[in-house]
Amino acid sequence: MTDTYDKNRADGTQTIENAGIPQEFLSFTVGDAEYGVDIMIVREIKGWTEVTRLPNSVEYMRGVMNLRGLIIPIFDLRARFNQGMTEAHAKNVVIIMAVGERNIGLLVDTVSDILTVNNDDIKPAPETETANDADYINGLISLENRMVVLLNIENLFETKIIERSIAEAA
Amino acid sequence: MTTNTDLERFKQSYINESLELLAEMEERLLDLDPETADNEQLNAIFRCAHSIKGGSGAFGLTYITNFTHVLEALLDAMREGKVLPTRDAVDILLKATDIVHQMVRAAQEGTTPATNLGKDILEKLQQYASHTPTTETAAYGLFDDTPVTGNADHTTYSIVFAPHLNLFATGNEPLLLLQELAKLGDATIVADTTKVPNLDALDPEQCYLSWNITLVTDKSVAAIKEVFEFVEDACDLSVTAQEKEIRVARAPTVDTQSTTETVVKKDAQNEAKTPASGTIRVDLEKVDKLVNMVGELVITEAMVRMQTRTLPQEQFSDLLRGVDALAHHMRELQEVVMSVRMQPVKSIFSRLPRIVRDISTQLGKDIRLVVSGESTEVDKTVIEQLGDPLTHMIRNSADHGIETPEKRLAAGKPAQGTIHLSAEHRGGRIVIEISDDGAGINREKVLKKALEKGLVAGDGSSLSPQEIDNLIFHAGFSTADVVSNISGRGVGMDVVRRNIEGMGGLVQVVNRPSQGSTFTVSLPLTLAILDGMIVRVGNENYIIPITSIIETLRPKQGEVRHVEGHKDVLNVRGEFIPVIYLYQLFGIQNAEAEPSRALIVLVESRKGKMGIVVDELVGQQQVVIKSLSANADPVEGISGATILGDGKVSLILEVNDLQGLVGREQKAA
Repeated sequence: MTDTYDKNRADGTQTIENAGIPQEFLSFTVGDAEYGVDIMIVREIKGWTEVTRLPNSVEYMRGVMNLRGLIIPIFDLRARFNQGMTEAHAKNVVIIMAVGERNIGLLVDTVSDILTVNNDDIKPAPETETANDADYINGLISLENRMVVLLNIENLFETKIIERSIAEAA
Repeated sequence: MTTNTDLERFKQSYINESLELLAEMEERLLDLDPETADNEQLNAIFRCAHSIKGGSGAFGLTYITNFTHVLEALLDAMREGKVLPTRDAVDILLKATDIVHQMVRAAQEGTTPATNLGKDILEKLQQYASHTPTTETAAYGLFDDTPVTGNADHTTYSIVFAPHLNLFATGNEPLLLLQELAKLGDATIVADTTKVPNLDALDPEQCYLSWNITLVTDKSVAAIKEVFEFVEDACDLSVTAQEKEIRVARAPTVDTQSTTETVVKKDAQNEAKTPASGTIRVDLEKVDKLVNMVGELVITEAMVRMQTRTLPQEQFSDLLRGVDALAHHMRELQEVVMSVRMQPVKSIFSRLPRIVRDISTQLGKDIRLVVSGESTEVDKTVIEQLGDPLTHMIRNSADHGIETPEKRLAAGKPAQGTIHLSAEHRGGRIVIEISDDGAGINREKVLKKALEKGLVAGDGSSLSPQEIDNLIFHAGFSTADVVSNISGRGVGMDVVRRNIEGMGGLVQVVNRPSQGSTFTVSLPLTLAILDGMIVRVGNENYIIPITSIIETLRPKQGEVRHVEGHKDVLNVRGEFIPVIYLYQLFGIQNAEAEPSRALIVLVESRKGKMGIVVDELVGQQQVVIKSLSANADPVEGISGATILGDGKVSLILEVNDLQGLVGREQKAA
């Protein structure tokens, strides 16, 4: 797991070594906030369709979806940030990505852009009070009047966090 | 030039082939009867050893080459009748195959086996073989046995060896072949360079040369062809004796106008190879992908059909006909694809005779294993998981079932015990039976043991004979007086039962005291497909495996009683069965809470019967099982998922886990 994990950190943490090399990010929005992930981990973008709920899972785990025979878990980014469940309809977007050895879907409001950014334009994540928060932010990109938060998806939906939540719930 | 990865791949396929050849050797050795052993059988065994040896050199596995060389020598001496294939000799040969097996395994893992591996066996092989002097003649004795000319006089052959351009790509070296050929006799080798192109057009990785060889030898044509055995497919070869021309069947360029008499000699070697030409090796992953894709097609086809159902017939008759044809072809395609993964149970059965033989030698018993139905096919997934339980059951029969010859004779039975192993298809399932004519299950002993271990309440007098027989499947039960290393480590039949039930199978025992016992295992043909009952709870659908369902009923009001501090129970014909509510366990909204307005599905779980309260039965369907845990986290109570005709994911219940979930729920509440 750690091998693939390192590979997937291509989206941000390598900035220091690879300064000056342009990188591409897919950006998307949830409410007013804009987020981004390394485009290399994105497999597919599709509209929201009804999912099958997985019983006794955390709230932000919306359920599973059929993607050409693969069963893909769908996570609600809004719910993950404790902003309530997304009232999903067909206009909402699910971004399918390869994270570590797993394929997951991320429910967001809209996909906005593909950003090409030089690595030295990526600012490190700000220091926060809780260590946990910093774990899933790989960096920040400032563009004219907006700011894109680069997410480390693996840390955001790390299995252990999910397991812990289940344990707490029980 | 072949790259490293190519070489690695060839090595892998050499290893796979060697393992198969070893299995074949073992099987043939076990079949070998000292009384009736003929050259045909010995030849086949020899060929296996020879092929393993041949390949080992190419990959620098000299320890295999050296060992198999000695093994070959003994086999050769047997073929020549100098050594008899006695039981002892065959035992040594079997042990030798084990050693080679270890060596091949070591090669597979990229390690080198201990230098003294098989040294004792090697010495014994040499001892046996040395009934005849181990000279070069013995080692190459293969070439002597079928002289075409009928006498050992020297014959002059003219041989044309014209490799195909891509000969090097398969890792062959013509020089080695020519050197090998020269060993057979007096050879004059002339290279034909006429096909070599100008330097600018020359591809150094292709073979442009061919050779004309005149060989004076006392060896047979078969012996000559043997040299080219591994390049048979990569060259045009013609071997012409003075009066006769013998062609290798695949040589298209042989001059058919030749005035000499043409004899296509089919030697045993070619015959043995023919069946292989109809099969190819395919990576299992590719097959799995294919199965997945077809599963998807089936779902897509169902969606298309649903969409077109409402179209007016007269306007869209062509389209609708097309959709019908599509449905028809899809079904066939699915059947074919599933059959690709089907394998005969032979691959597991074939390792059992050895086990029986070893046990009988070890325990001084005389046991015959009669196998039937080994060509019965079952899905790869089942084969993979069937090996261990089956091995254990055979061991169990040989160890506990069959008595020693003395006891058997005293009981008026023949000294030799028999174990029948059979497989057959019955009603969409595979049924495997292991039947022995031994002592049967000693019910007194079983009951005593069960009481000692506290597995039975009271004095056990209320148990029926069948119930006593079934105690052997109880966890932690073993009746062997002495815990032997063959069976009876306390992880006995209960593990067998758990494995088999884990595959959706059943295992039963019929006991005939002092006459033997019969174990029957019934399994689904595939683990990739499951017969499921789709049930609705609230707005959600779940699938319960049909194999675990006993019956479905709607209780009258008040029939489900709430017992304080316990689960709800339902009285079914005098039996109190715990009732669980799926909506509670899974937190499902809008579900029916009152059992008398819902339905109860009675299921059999490992912990006994239980009733699952659901809203409605939606229907029964064959579903393709998909892994949930590949991408999502495992959920307790759910064994997997499937995709229904509308493309939606539906979850499959694991009834054995549900009760554990209930316990937790109640503690939390």
